Amino acid sequence: MADPMRIRANMAGDKVEVRVLMSHEMETGQRKDASGAIVPAHFIQTVTVTHAGKTVLSAQWGTSISKNPFMHFRFKGGKPGDKVTISWVDNKGDRRTDEVVIGGG
Amino acid sequence: MPFYRLLAPVLAAMLPCVSLAQQDTQKEIERYRQLLQESNPAELYEARGEELWKTRRGPKSASLESCDLGLGPGVVKGAYVQLPRYFADTDRVQDAESRLVTCMVTLQGFTPEEAKRNPFSGTGVPMLTTDPFSGVGRRSVMTDIVAWVASESRGMKIAPRMSHPKEREAYQAGERLFFYRAGPHDFACVSCHSGEAKRIRLQTLPDLVHSAKDAQRAFGTWPGYRVSEGELRSMQWRLWECFRQQRFPELEFASDASIALTMFLAKRAEGGSFDAPSLKR
Repeated sequence: MADPMRIRANMAGDKVEVRVLMSHEMETGQRKDASGAIVPAHFIQTVTVTHAGKTVLSAQWGTSISKNPFMHFRFKGGKPGDKVTISWVDNKGDRRTDEVVIGGG
Repeated sequence: MPFYRLLAPVLAAMLPCVSLAQQDTQKEIERYRQLLQESNPAELYEARGEELWKTRRGPKSASLESCDLGLGPGVVKGAYVQLPRYFADTDRVQDAESRLVTCMVTLQGFTPEEAKRNPFSGTGVPMLTTDPFSGVGRRSVMTDIVAWVASESRGMKIAPRMSHPKEREAYQAGERLFFYRAGPHDFACVSCHSGEAKRIRLQTLPDLVHSAKDAQRAFGTWPGYRVSEGELRSMQWRLWECFRQQRFPELEFASDASIALTMFLAKRAEGGSFDAPSLKR
């Protein structure tokens, strides 16, 4: 299983502000290694963020997203103590899901 | 009229604008760096490093939790900023990374070669085919651990020891190395790191000879996550890379020469704030 995501979620006014750092190589499939062989593509393709059973963010990523992606977003409807769940799936089928509890403002 | 005769007055008029623009650019770069701090992937290395410190590894199946980094066995908080220093058990001056090698050998039973292998995580696209630290997505245990050890000194003052005769010797050796011109370009560290407002392409070079502030900032921001390489880089790596850039022979990982240079630079940075692991270009 991949490295855990580092997630922070706090209130910002009436919105929940989430910052997430994901550990992923995000290899484009266009680089070559020392021997000249192509480094195979390995990147996150879908990201889903859910709160109280609802999807609050969904993303389709490609090769333009850098290594160790960082995402910063806000959504309405959450309060301190609620859980926010973030999942990603990559092109090899690897996946990772992590949760965070929303902190105060 | 020839084109270049028209060009000269135009260029002269542009010069003050260029230097103003340079100052604004520098400010913008600083602001951009501030914004990036909240998303520093160094956190990922620190988290792994903390795990590895506590993980049983090697032939002796032991963790590093009783490793003495100078403040007593297992004391990591504040350890990085008092290094390099003299250690009685090895009778030598050691920096953080060479001390971790010692602990991996004595506590975990690795051979020195095993402990020093793959000290730098893979860059994926090496610049030289003989680059010993390249390798696609290859994790380095040493890099992860030193990232965490450094993070445990974050915000503290840089204060290397200088009481033991061997510590002073290391400083003097480091100073000589800093000023020693060698290699095909006849460079020394001082060639780039002395004098105001020097830069390589768009990278400003800290004046490590005349400016205490520059020296503090430089030493206080390594280890750092290098965005352009997608990897966290340590002080040992930074020195190895400087040697490569000068086309010097390879600086051996955790060697006495690297420790001496680190001692010299740490002493020059004394009193500065340790802000590592940081985020770098």
